[in-house]
Amino acid sequence: MTEPLLQVRDLHTHFFTRAGEVKAVNGVSFSVDRGRVLGLVGESGSGKSVTGYSILGLIDPPGRIVSGSIRFEGRELVGLDPDELRALRGRRIAMVFQDATATLNPVLTVGRQMTLAIRAHERASDRAARDLALDVLKKVGIPDPASRLNTYPHELSGGMRQRVAIAVALLHRPALIVADEPTTALDVSVQAQIIFEMRDLVRSLGTAMIWITHDLATVSSLADDVLVMYAGRMVEAGPTRVTLRAPRHPYTAGLLASVPSRNPKGVDLPQIPGSTPSLLRLPPGCPFQPRCPRATPVCREDPPRVVDSGREALCHHPLPPASQAAA
Amino acid sequence: MSDPHLVIDRVSKRFDPRVTLGDRIAARLGARVELRGVQAVRDVSLAIAPGETLGLVGESGCGKSTLGRMAAGIMAPTSGTVRLEGRPVMSPGGTKLTTRVQTVFQDPFASLNPRMSVGEILAEGPVAHGLTTRENARDYVAGWLDRVGLDRSYVGRFPHQFSGGQRQRIAIARALAMQPDVLVCDEPVASLDVSIQAQIINLFLKLRRELGLTYLFISHDLGVVRHISDRVAIMYLGRIVEIGTADALYADPRHPYTQALLASVPRLMTEDAVGAEFAPIAGEIPSPLAPPPGCPFHTRCPAAGPRCVAEMPDLVPTGAQRVACHLYTGGVELAA
Ligand SMILES: Nc1ncnc2c1ncn2[C@@H]1O[C@H](COP(=O)(O)OP(=O)(O)O)[C@@H](O)[C@H]1O
Ligand SMILES: Nc1ncnc2c1ncn2[C@@H]1O[C@H](COP(=O)(O)OP(=O)(O)O)[C@@H](O)[C@H]1O
Ligand code: SF4
Ligand SMILES: [Mg+2]
Ligand SMILES: [Mg+2]
Repeated sequence: MTEPLLQVRDLHTHFFTRAGEVKAVNGVSFSVDRGRVLGLVGESGSGKSVTGYSILGLIDPPGRIVSGSIRFEGRELVGLDPDELRALRGRRIAMVFQDATATLNPVLTVGRQMTLAIRAHERASDRAARDLALDVLKKVGIPDPASRLNTYPHELSGGMRQRVAIAVALLHRPALIVADEPTTALDVSVQAQIIFEMRDLVRSLGTAMIWITHDLATVSSLADDVLVMYAGRMVEAGPTRVTLRAPRHPYTAGLLASVPSRNPKGVDLPQIPGSTPSLLRLPPGCPFQPRCPRATPVCREDPPRVVDSGREALCHHPLPPASQAAA
Repeated sequence: MSDPHLVIDRVSKRFDPRVTLGDRIAARLGARVELRGVQAVRDVSLAIAPGETLGLVGESGCGKSTLGRMAAGIMAPTSGTVRLEGRPVMSPGGTKLTTRVQTVFQDPFASLNPRMSVGEILAEGPVAHGLTTRENARDYVAGWLDRVGLDRSYVGRFPHQFSGGQRQRIAIARALAMQPDVLVCDEPVASLDVSIQAQIINLFLKLRRELGLTYLFISHDLGVVRHISDRVAIMYLGRIVEIGTADALYADPRHPYTQALLASVPRLMTEDAVGAEFAPIAGEIPSPLAPPPGCPFHTRCPAAGPRCVAEMPDLVPTGAQRVACHLYTGGVELAA
């Protein structure tokens, strides 16, 4: 079997703050293949963005990748020369952020910044750059792309701005796109449009994508595989549909059970008690243990990795696998 | 249906254009500066019965918050009135006239004064309005903390010492301490983490059972609104385009926008069947600065005809709900 496009193994990214060592990413492993979408799900502060930044080599002091391996296209990225990382970023791996204004330069027209982004990694005539820009703008569903080349980011709606940011990410036909909550700030209808288009796009281009979100519904309609994070740890991973149908980790199960549309109207929702722990004061063992309905004293020790037919859960008392759960 | 309790009567809100420095300079230089106001809410009428929960759904900028603020008597309508049991909630001069409608906002941090303790935040309004005395304030506040599931020992703490979910509980306790009949909730769970959303939704359900509260519940989350609402109103560009019981509206949406909105939301799919799980609405919402003539949805509507461009449809009874669409007013073609 060939090596996956991206393979992350036992990644630990910590921040050394005055208040203490923040283990933002604490032993995360996953891989993504060409043409596949991985949904990275978790609540705020669970370490999703830091995982994405780690892959792009964008962790700055006081943060550091303390250990682990990130192999991409057969190359180890942890410890790679910053210049080589920079050459990869934007060309082979691209990132899309929640806030498109963070990516787009407000004083440059859409056309101008696309030309600059193209020339950051390759030589291109004005004509060739323009053609490429028009091509990707069309791909991301921007109507009348030629007229958009002369507009400034603030003249566009939020949804159009995010589309432009995605178009910039696509310019060099990257092998991997890391999309960090790219539709969270957008309206439901615009969100649906972009998810729909992205799904077709990665399929037709064969691009791999990591889609970071807190929204399980989005993941279920977009991602082939899902990885659930909690307090810096991965708690569960597997193919999306079966994982969401029969979650094995009590945290995933609790989240799914609390979704209003899965409950009869008006009844009290099954809720997870308490709130997420501070990363500076993590409980011993399983990070979910203080809130978990299945917890026993053994949960104060590090949970084992339970693997079953392409799925894994880090839990002392996982729920039964799908085959045994009611169909 | 029981007597309407809160009545929103033909309410409109127009925000006058803000003249920016750039506009003034341009005008001074002789340029023609075109200033257009925003018609944020257009001729909306609603009645909410005592103990009822009315959900208000729509995409951002459609006027939900503006309507909510007018319903709570904290923003003056440009025209129309809001009445609670027949009495206006706001004077024509823009003074709030009732304490019986209170508001809970989306961002509990922005709405809580960071320099006041929880005790002070909760006691301020009730003491000022004579609902309790300064001497009894501590017990009074403790009772409301119990109600919203917060520890009494928190009275001396400050907002920054709490998580997002706890802050929202504080904001809810502050509203309840005014002993309202009606709570206007403006996206009260939108900024909370998924596991905390269920806790706060359950709190709203419990408070309704225990206190018989009436809610105007504003959200863009169709699942949340369905769960909590008796009736639901769908807004688009400042107007109500469909209103009916939650059951009827979700089971059998009539307005093309409601149909498209419901179909556009990615659903939580757990079965392996892949296919058309959701279908996005085409196009973008027109700017509220330049709303289209006729039906506000005609620019994106698959069923639109010439009459939709020419005439604004009225809300008319259709099935179990009321719908503003020419498909139900005699057709989308212009009369010959
Ligand atoms: N520059 C930083 N300095 C200190 N702590 C940080 C920094 N960046 C992130 N963190 C911490 O890492 C944790 C994970 O953050 P993040 O990956 O952004 O979470 P998510 O994207 O899941 O919401 C958070 O607790 C955050 O406080
Ligand atoms: N104070 C204000 N001044 C000027 N325009 C406003 C003001 N508040 C809201 N608007 C405008 O009114 C419209 C409706 O806004 P809002 O009621 O906040 O919508 P929603 O809550 O549905 O997102 C928007 O176009 C918004 O820009
Ligand atoms: S009135 Fe016309 S444009 Fe508006 S929703 Fe109905 S059919 Fe569509
Ligand atoms: Mg993040
Ligand atoms: Mg609003």
